[in-house]
Amino acid sequence: MNSANGDSRGEPRGILGSERSHAYAMLRRRKPSAHMDLPIRSKLAFRTIGSVLALLAFSSIAHAAKIGDIADTSWSDQALEFFALEHPAIRAAALGTLLIGFCCGALGSFLVVRKLALLGDTLSHAVLPGVALGFLWNASKDPWAIFVGATGAGVMGVALVGWIQHTTRLKEDSAMGMVLAGFYGLGVSLTTMIQNMVMGNKSGLDKLFFGQAAALSSGDLWLLGIISSISIALILLFYKEFLVISFDIGFAKAVGMPVQALHYLLMALLTFAVVVSLQAVGVVLVSALLITPAAAAYLLTDRMHWVLVLAAGFGMISGILGAFISYLSNNLPTGPLIVLGSTTIFTLALIFGPKHGLLTKALRRRRQRQRIALENTLKSVFHLSESSGFTRKEFSIAALANERNQDLASTEKEVRALVAAQLARHVDSENGAEWSGQARFQLKKAGWLRACEIVRNHRLWELYLTNAAQYQSDHVHDDAEEIEHLIGEDIVQRIEERLKSPIQDPHGKLIPRRDQVTA
Amino acid sequence: MLAHSNPEPSSKTTDPLEVHDLTVAYTKRPVLYGIDLVAPPGSIVGVVGPNGAGKSTLIKAIMGLLPAASGWIKVFGKPFRQAVTRVGYVPQRESVDWDFPVNAMDVVLMGRYGRLGPMKRPTKADKEIAMACLEKVKMLPYAKRQISNLSGGQQQRVFLARALAQESDLYLMDEPFVGVDAATEAAIIDILRELQQQGKTLLVVHHDLTTAPDYFDRILLLNMRVVAYGRTEDVFTFENLQNAYGGRLSILSEVALSRARKKAEGDTPDSIHQ
Repeated sequence: MNSANGDSRGEPRGILGSERSHAYAMLRRRKPSAHMDLPIRSKLAFRTIGSVLALLAFSSIAHAAKIGDIADTSWSDQALEFFALEHPAIRAAALGTLLIGFCCGALGSFLVVRKLALLGDTLSHAVLPGVALGFLWNASKDPWAIFVGATGAGVMGVALVGWIQHTTRLKEDSAMGMVLAGFYGLGVSLTTMIQNMVMGNKSGLDKLFFGQAAALSSGDLWLLGIISSISIALILLFYKEFLVISFDIGFAKAVGMPVQALHYLLMALLTFAVVVSLQAVGVVLVSALLITPAAAAYLLTDRMHWVLVLAAGFGMISGILGAFISYLSNNLPTGPLIVLGSTTIFTLALIFGPKHGLLTKALRRRRQRQRIALENTLKSVFHLSESSGFTRKEFSIAALANERNQDLASTEKEVRALVAAQLARHVDSENGAEWSGQARFQLKKAGWLRACEIVRNHRLWELYLTNAAQYQSDHVHDDAEEIEHLIGEDIVQRIEERLKSPIQDPHGKLIPRRDQVTA
Repeated sequence: MLAHSNPEPSSKTTDPLEVHDLTVAYTKRPVLYGIDLVAPPGSIVGVVGPNGAGKSTLIKAIMGLLPAASGWIKVFGKPFRQAVTRVGYVPQRESVDWDFPVNAMDVVLMGRYGRLGPMKRPTKADKEIAMACLEKVKMLPYAKRQISNLSGGQQQRVFLARALAQESDLYLMDEPFVGVDAATEAAIIDILRELQQQGKTLLVVHHDLTTAPDYFDRILLLNMRVVAYGRTEDVFTFENLQNAYGGRLSILSEVALSRARKKAEGDTPDSIHQ
């Protein structure tokens, strides 16, 4: 939570600073957060509201202009212009998308961990008729009227889902699907009607479908600022309550929490977040901004507060990227660009995530395969040595190939791997001889210990299966071939104790003792 | 949540748990009828009965997680809501998503939430209590593990530690021995005995008839209604078990079912939001 806090506090100050200097000042100031000590969160939450509101007073001078109109020549000039945030419209778009990303990312985290992702989609589509009615209220795009209308419609949609679920035998997914489509259909009809009316052709309602950050008005920004501040404050104040109702709602109730009230509070915040995001992201894709940053964060961490922090951060990055690319590309709708940004972040998290990433998993599997191959080679060397009555120490690659029942080339590769892993050395290479079938190698001490350990694991497991689990002795080998690589020393010792330090395996071979493998 | 249709009991009681004529009727499944139960201080009461007998429902109804159709419940002489901090709860293990991004310590800390009150954060003292509870169930080395990386027995111990962190006087446990290894089962029963020695009262839903008489000093044999309740040696008879497990009372089931159906058509009782 700390850095979410820091961001929210630092960011407004940063952009205020940019009034005077330029963008890099903002980047510098947004960083320091980790060292901030936050003993009293509630106090801080209210300070946050204050600073966001102060900032809004500043930037509400912004006019709803098309940012792309201030088009510059080269890409880098445009980037500089955008991030310098000197033009009020750019500042409005940047601030707006940052706040939206923050809000949707953080609140969306609760949807993702509660498996309510579809609810975000339902909510965002359900608000559309309310938007149209809000517009009709005084025939203008008054953000407050639209806010009231949209919130009302959103709440109605979600309530309807609950009602269908409780009174019919239909389940949540069908209820959501129907409400989503029904409300959206009504909303599209209403907005099309408005646009066909005289005052409607310049209504800008069409921008609400896919979003246009450049069209954020100062009223929109005020709303956004207020809703973001309230969301941050409430998440900070009720973090533990939201955590426990998300994880274990029965327990939350049992310890006396007002579960329903908390649930509706969270739903209300989500509705607000969706409604204030409409102008910049659009009805169709708002839900993606609720889900995708949180989903990416969920892949990267195992702690809820980090999910919140990361999701808020990813949301902000997606938001500002979307606004920037929209600016570069002459006002492409911002919604799809923001969503593309968050989807890219998700894809990166999916592939490169340090814990659950696909690449990480593949590398881990590969390392394990390599280790098992190495251990299998060592085991064969042990067998060679064993069949000589442990008199011989040096072996040729050809002898090992024979023992392992495979061709010379792959055996040579295996021995090279042993040498590379510092488990064996190539005896002849000291005389400058080439690798060949007759090339000889010897296990180093570490290699020999590891070989003994694997054989010990294998034979103890076989014995355990036959003696303790009543397996037939001819059934145990294949299982032991796998298990030998997987069991740790603690389990091996427990088996040994259970079997009272046995000497021979079920096939009559000697089991290496513990002191032989730990020497 | 609790319906107080009956007059209040005339005699003042300080028994940790008193359930009088409790009836719970669900929309889909009618479950409990006319349950009477008094758990004296310092007792371990086993709730035993066949599948669908309403064992979990009883626990949930006591805590107000399910609405009672009639009857009343007193916890230390008060309605449950007023005695919330004196009750610890171990839900069934399958009731939560174990992929949830929390570690064992986070879960145990939740046991302190009820005492903290709204908007307050766990203090250092709370964290120390949580650590001590993890230690008690021998899970301290796993405190930082994400909960899906724990075995079933370990997860159950984390749930138990969370209930211990509640520092309650009455514990309600829903199948704490399901899916745990023998070592965990022994460890859990040791902790339950220790709680009993400290004068705490425990109500434990249990499905294993072979161990029930060893674990509990009182047994509630349940099958939609109370088949028998009392000290283990009096209740755990062949005849009583035959009564509890030898099939439902068919007329009671039918009437209950049709009543629930009518009720579902008429109005919908509120249930916990999923």
